[in-house]
Amino acid sequence: MPTWIIVAALLLVNAPVLAGPWDKLREDGVHDPRSPAINRLQEPGDALSKLTPDSAGNMVRWVQSLEKGEINPRANLRPDTKIRLYDSDVMLNLNGGMPMVKFPHRQHTLWLDCANCHDHLFKAEAGANKLSMLAILNGEQCGVCHGAVSFPLTECFRCHNTAKPGGKPPRPSLPIAIPAGAVPPK
Amino acid sequence: MSQVRRILQVCLLLIPALVAGIPPAAAEYADVVLNRRAEKEGMRPVIFPHWFHRIRFRCKVCHQELGFKMRVGSNDVRMSDIVEGKFCGACHNGDVAWAPDQCDLCHSAKRGLPTGIYGGHETLGPGRW
Ligand code: HEC
Ligand code: HEC
Ligand code: HEC
Ligand code: HEC
Ligand code: HEC
Ligand code: HEC
Repeated sequence: MPTWIIVAALLLVNAPVLAGPWDKLREDGVHDPRSPAINRLQEPGDALSKLTPDSAGNMVRWVQSLEKGEINPRANLRPDTKIRLYDSDVMLNLNGGMPMVKFPHRQHTLWLDCANCHDHLFKAEAGANKLSMLAILNGEQCGVCHGAVSFPLTECFRCHNTAKPGGKPPRPSLPIAIPAGAVPPK
Repeated sequence: MSQVRRILQVCLLLIPALVAGIPPAAAEYADVVLNRRAEKEGMRPVIFPHWFHRIRFRCKVCHQELGFKMRVGSNDVRMSDIVEGKFCGACHNGDVAWAPDQCDLCHSAKRGLPTGIYGGHETLGPGRW
């Protein structure tokens, strides 16, 4: 069995456990409950529950939250920094069994600069990169961000978002139903 | 895909066992603990919360303008740099955000935690197992 199946299965199985609702800082396993700052720091739930909800990661659909203007994060500190935006979708995964991947530059460059990806992660030429799901699961390529800070890799169909000609349409969420009770209550 | 789905369904049966066996989800997704020197020098390790900062700043501010490399532990951040206005100190300077004299707000982690990205979502790829 290909390794990625095992990895993907493990990720999926762990997803509901790992996603979780927002823990209180004093119970989150990393903050020291005896730290004098514990009552001064903001609780994640206080801020994140007000934003467009999601089913994984920070439980916030960050792209939509930004586009709706719920948040307005600064794009530069120095006034002379050039803000580079690019609106172009690149189709990836043209041959495999999974739906194709439409990579959206627009949403990425709202958050990121070209140099965050080009050219050390991806050459800026359609089809010029040898991408692989295993590398992504391994924290490379798309997996540098997705699985660490941006929405996690459990959200298969947010990347595999476009049907192949004649292929089945991508599902909106996981390929399998999570039994009720497996997801911690909000 | 049907083979994949079968395997996944089998794995799903394991969920109750995993729920019972795994300690409560640790940290908010994308929290970073920094502890290269802090604890050795008598301070609690530092927690950098991505969720809090990305509400206020786009990734490019830190990872492009300020030059934070996108790999946990790869930026050699020292307290003296911060006080001089580098790394966290580019904002935590009493101007963009509160000044570095608020030690406890940054040094807030449990002792003994190693540097790393927390939140239970580190890419669980084979290379990192
Ligand atoms: C791009 C600017 C910027 C950088 C760089 C930055 N911060 Fe912040 N940080 C802020 C702002 C703005 C606030 C909110 C200040 C306020 O509420 O007055 C903040 C708040 C915080 C908080 C408090 C969160 C809470 O719950 O109130 C912590 C902890 C923190 N920063 C840690 C760090 C650490 C550690 C670093 C470096 C690794 C860092 N920051 C780098 C801008 C920055
Ligand atoms: C961050 C975006 C992203 C996520 C999330 C993602 N993939 Fe992929 N996947 C890709 C890219 C990019 C490729 C490589 C495309 C190529 O070869 O050109 C790929 C390739 C694949 C392939 C090999 C090609 C094929 O179609 O057979 C499989 C299988 C696959 N992914 C399965 C999954 C599964 C299962 C999940 C969810 C657990 C998932 N992917 C989540 C981006 C993603
Ligand atoms: C999140 C990562 C990421 C960022 C940020 C990014 N790109 Fe890309 N770029 C890609 C990927 C992935 C491809 C597809 C490469 C392939 O097909 O193998 C690509 C392809 C391209 C291409 C060739 C395809 C096309 O659209 O013509 C150009 C040109 C390009 N990028 C320019 C830019 C510019 C300019 C910026 C900044 C404004 C930018 N990119 C930001 C990841 C990124
Ligand atoms: C340098 C970091 C980075 C890399 C590399 C990266 N992404 Fe992203 N991606 C982001 C961020 C940030 C967002 C905004 C949403 C979030 O954070 O969850 C995003 C959003 C997306 C979205 C839109 C989700 C939505 O809610 O509309 C898709 C689709 C996506 N990424 C696919 C990919 C694919 C496919 C690759 C690899 C070819 C890739 N990304 C590589 C950082 C990255
Ligand atoms: C306020 C500053 C700041 C902002 C904004 C910020 N980051 Fe980070 N990021 C950091 C710091 C600090 C680290 C830890 C670096 C270290 O340990 O050397 C980090 C680490 C990372 C890593 C490495 C994780 C790993 O697995 O090793 C990734 C990926 C990353 N950030 C992506 C992002 C993305 C995507 C965004 C935007 C959605 C973002 N960051 C916004 C400061 C920031
Ligand atoms: C804006 C966040 C922030 C504040 C405020 C802050 N620190 Fe730090 N401190 C850091 C980071 C990040 C490191 C590097 C962590 C590591 O990897 O060990 C660090 C490291 C240290 C170290 C380890 C030795 C060194 O030089 O790097 C000491 C000691 C230290 N800080 C003391 C203090 C004291 C005392 C204060 C209050 C006067 C303070 N810090 C306030 C973020 C902060």
